[in-house]
Amino acid sequence: MAQAAGSEVAAAVADAHRREWAFVLAATVRVAGDIDAAEEAVQDAYASALSTWGGNGIPHNPGAWLTVTARRRALDMRRRAATAQRALPKLVGRADDDGDGAEGDDIPDDRLRLIFTCCHPALPPEGRVALTLRLLCGLSTAEVARAFLVPEATMAARITRAKKKIAAAGIPYRVPSSDELHERVDAVLSVIYLVYTTGHTAPAGADLMRRDLAERGVELARLLRALLPADPDVAGLLALVLLTEARRDARVDGNHDLVLLEDQDRSKWDKHAVTEGIALLREALASRPPGRFALMAAIAAVHDESGSWSGTDWQEILGLYDLLMERWPSPVVRLNRAIALGFAVGPAEGLAELDALGAEPQLARYQYLAAARGDFLVRLGRPEEARVAFEEALILTDNEAEQRFLRGRLGGLAG
Amino acid sequence: MSKYLILIYQDEAVARQAEGESISANYQEFMERRGASLISGAALHPSSTATSIRRDGTGGFLVTDGPFAESKETLGGYYLVEAADLDEALQIGKEVPAGVGVEVWPVRVVS
Repeated sequence: MAQAAGSEVAAAVADAHRREWAFVLAATVRVAGDIDAAEEAVQDAYASALSTWGGNGIPHNPGAWLTVTARRRALDMRRRAATAQRALPKLVGRADDDGDGAEGDDIPDDRLRLIFTCCHPALPPEGRVALTLRLLCGLSTAEVARAFLVPEATMAARITRAKKKIAAAGIPYRVPSSDELHERVDAVLSVIYLVYTTGHTAPAGADLMRRDLAERGVELARLLRALLPADPDVAGLLALVLLTEARRDARVDGNHDLVLLEDQDRSKWDKHAVTEGIALLREALASRPPGRFALMAAIAAVHDESGSWSGTDWQEILGLYDLLMERWPSPVVRLNRAIALGFAVGPAEGLAELDALGAEPQLARYQYLAAARGDFLVRLGRPEEARVAFEEALILTDNEAEQRFLRGRLGGLAG
Repeated sequence: MSKYLILIYQDEAVARQAEGESISANYQEFMERRGASLISGAALHPSSTATSIRRDGTGGFLVTDGPFAESKETLGGYYLVEAADLDEALQIGKEVPAGVGVEVWPVRVVS
């Protein structure tokens, strides 16, 4: 291996951090026996990559180099701690590998185990998301805190609590048995979807999107697809995020202002992402009954494949929402169905359905209900009521791009 | 192997009706099937017979009728089980024929 310049090394380490973190950590947890020790060993391995790759050259397989280094470090730490009684019991489910098989090419891919541990249903939902971003994406606690708009100390406590529960309650480091796999995969998909949607439309802040977070969501969906290639629900989720992400560049204009689907420049949509998403969707829909994410992806696909807003097949979309309502009835699905109804049948019908949703406690602070009402009221030529609805939506959103958009709609009302 | 405490919750009204009956067939069946994992277990009298003792902070006690938390679901019994990990303990928990449901608590190992 030839010597490498400092900037080259830094770039290679950053790249390996992005691509290989989950693999290296997952393989190290097995040897370390607990997550904290594994994280420390992996961090040490990355630090030592920074200091040695310059002199020795960048290895051909950075992931393998990092894994071997991290596993060796974890073994050292464990030998040193062997005499001392650890306060927390070791992670269970790794009894099959106790040696220092850290050499050679047969490093097991433990990422699935790590995913299922992070997304275990016995962990609180916000803990699952935090652990997934921290352990699988390698985000720092500060980065995870920023992504979810909570103080770093709050996020640190959340992560610590989740790790403590894994150790104390004996959450296994294992891929679930086939009879519970379906349910457990669904929990993982929900976490990944939440990561993606939080990036797709940021709950607050100056920008409509948090692109980095949405990209992490896509990467996680791709990772799960690579690890569970035969699972139709996994194909459905990847299809959904790709078919949604395809419209990314058209969702905001040059001023970072929100552009509605209706007004988007469809030539800016990513055709490769659409093609890939549609192929995955076909696969996902082949299983009966189709899963929740596959149905949502099918709805996204109808938009993606429509050449214009006016040519949108709203009957098809309404039918898909009806299917979604049958299997996953939720207030948010009902809201989206009401909007589709408004375009498929007429704004008066859509508005009546939205008004029927006003009593849903889950939607009481959901800005999209008020915004959708406002839009239908405008289409019905009732600007005064629309004004009240847009003002309500404005109060309910903390996203500045959405606020600017709503102010624009208020300004555009005749009156 | 780790120990887990499975707390069995039931609807108090339903539990009162069943009071005095012998152990039901579904519990009998559960205990036979899961005998190897069960360390101990017991059924409890209704919550109206429970007594709470709270330290008053000055060395005394406040003794009151009933459990600490009054709710429709009350503790009806427990099992202490041994399991390889939480997933196995949760599986055992799902098999307990509890009226309302169960809580699975990991037992601390005190060294």
